Amino acid sequence: MRTPSDAPSARRIVLSGVLFGCGIAASMIDLFIFHLALQWHHFYDLSTTEVALTADGFFHAFGWFITIWGLFLLADIRRRAAVPWTRWTGAVLTGVGFFQLLDGVLSHKVLGIHQIRYGVDLFLYDLAWIGSAVALLLIGLLILRRTRPAQVPA
Amino acid sequence: MDHHGEPLEGLGPQAADPLIWAGLDVVVVLLLLVAALAHAAGLWAARSRSPWPRHRSLLFYLGLICAAAGLLGPIPAAAHSSFTAHMLGHLFLGMVAPVLLVRSAPVTLALRALPVHAARVLTRVLRSPGVRVVSHPITAGALNAGGLWLLYTTDLYQVMHVSPLAYAVVHLHIFAAGYLFTASVVGVDPDPHRASMPMRSAVLILFIAAHSALAKWLYAHPPQGVETGDGQAGAQLMYYGGDAVDLAVLVLLFAGWYSATRPRAAPRPVLSRG
Repeated sequence: MRTPSDAPSARRIVLSGVLFGCGIAASMIDLFIFHLALQWHHFYDLSTTEVALTADGFFHAFGWFITIWGLFLLADIRRRAAVPWTRWTGAVLTGVGFFQLLDGVLSHKVLGIHQIRYGVDLFLYDLAWIGSAVALLLIGLLILRRTRPAQVPA
Repeated sequence: MDHHGEPLEGLGPQAADPLIWAGLDVVVVLLLLVAALAHAAGLWAARSRSPWPRHRSLLFYLGLICAAAGLLGPIPAAAHSSFTAHMLGHLFLGMVAPVLLVRSAPVTLALRALPVHAARVLTRVLRSPGVRVVSHPITAGALNAGGLWLLYTTDLYQVMHVSPLAYAVVHLHIFAAGYLFTASVVGVDPDPHRASMPMRSAVLILFIAAHSALAKWLYAHPPQGVETGDGQAGAQLMYYGGDAVDLAVLVLLFAGWYSATRPRAAPRPVLSRG
């Protein structure tokens, strides 16, 4: 499935998908599943310092911002040209995987801002979280690789 | 004087003369009525122009209803003893009403309806340096978020329930700052010095961050005199309710960008060849 490269919009498809993927990972998967539905880590972990709280606020605001940005970018591409949906989906998966990996490794393990849940042995949870993140990231990157537009000779 | 010696009894809406509180309600009703009539008069005065979009009038009146919900009736009545009710009223007055009113384009209607001379005066006022500074996203955002931090992290929240003057000033500020901020980020009225998209985006992100951080902080540190459960419910309402409105504002921000960057219908034809 190779289409002639249209450089700006080809790059924007990936940007749109990755933004949207990171965004839904931050503001939907995290907020709706873990904060609201399961209430595993709550919207305020009392162990967090005030600095982490501010950082959390930024993170939260940024999550929603890039979700909406990614969607409007997609709408903009769509009204100008046909959207390569498989490639976009690959970019979304890459975004989700990338974000979950960053969250699972950096904020859970390295910084220890919050954990997936409390009062249980975390090993299996971490394994599932980081493992699924790596899997999503790899699948996304693979799709991106297989759908990359043909190179135009310079 | 029949106070039964309870020291805290004075701390409530009863502390000031009930007549003053009733007078405040009357002023609010009058202001809302004037706004409603002014809109109708504006429609009438501009009836010879192209028709005013109906959805804008709907937005305007819905906005007034939301402002009324935050200022009159059961919600503010309950807010004297319930932090959650206070936050609900606050959400209506400071976030929902401003978004609806800003998107109803009241200045555009005024410019259409006013006689030429008065419209020029209004334009000159809107172009003045003072308005320019206050309606910049950074100033408006700082006034909006700063007012909230001041209200909930100082004694102001308590004082407001005892002093009608403080109550009036706080609520006026909540509404005005909410309106200014919304207008500076997603306004549809003519704005001779609208900030750039990156500037508006950055300020909106900062504001959402400050708002959600304050809500989380309030969850753990409710204002003095607020019970833990009530404080937590109010903080969650602030967090998720604020999120819903902020999402709507984000969508409006990008929808503005989307229509502003609309591609031209057809590429320009080539006029001549060498």
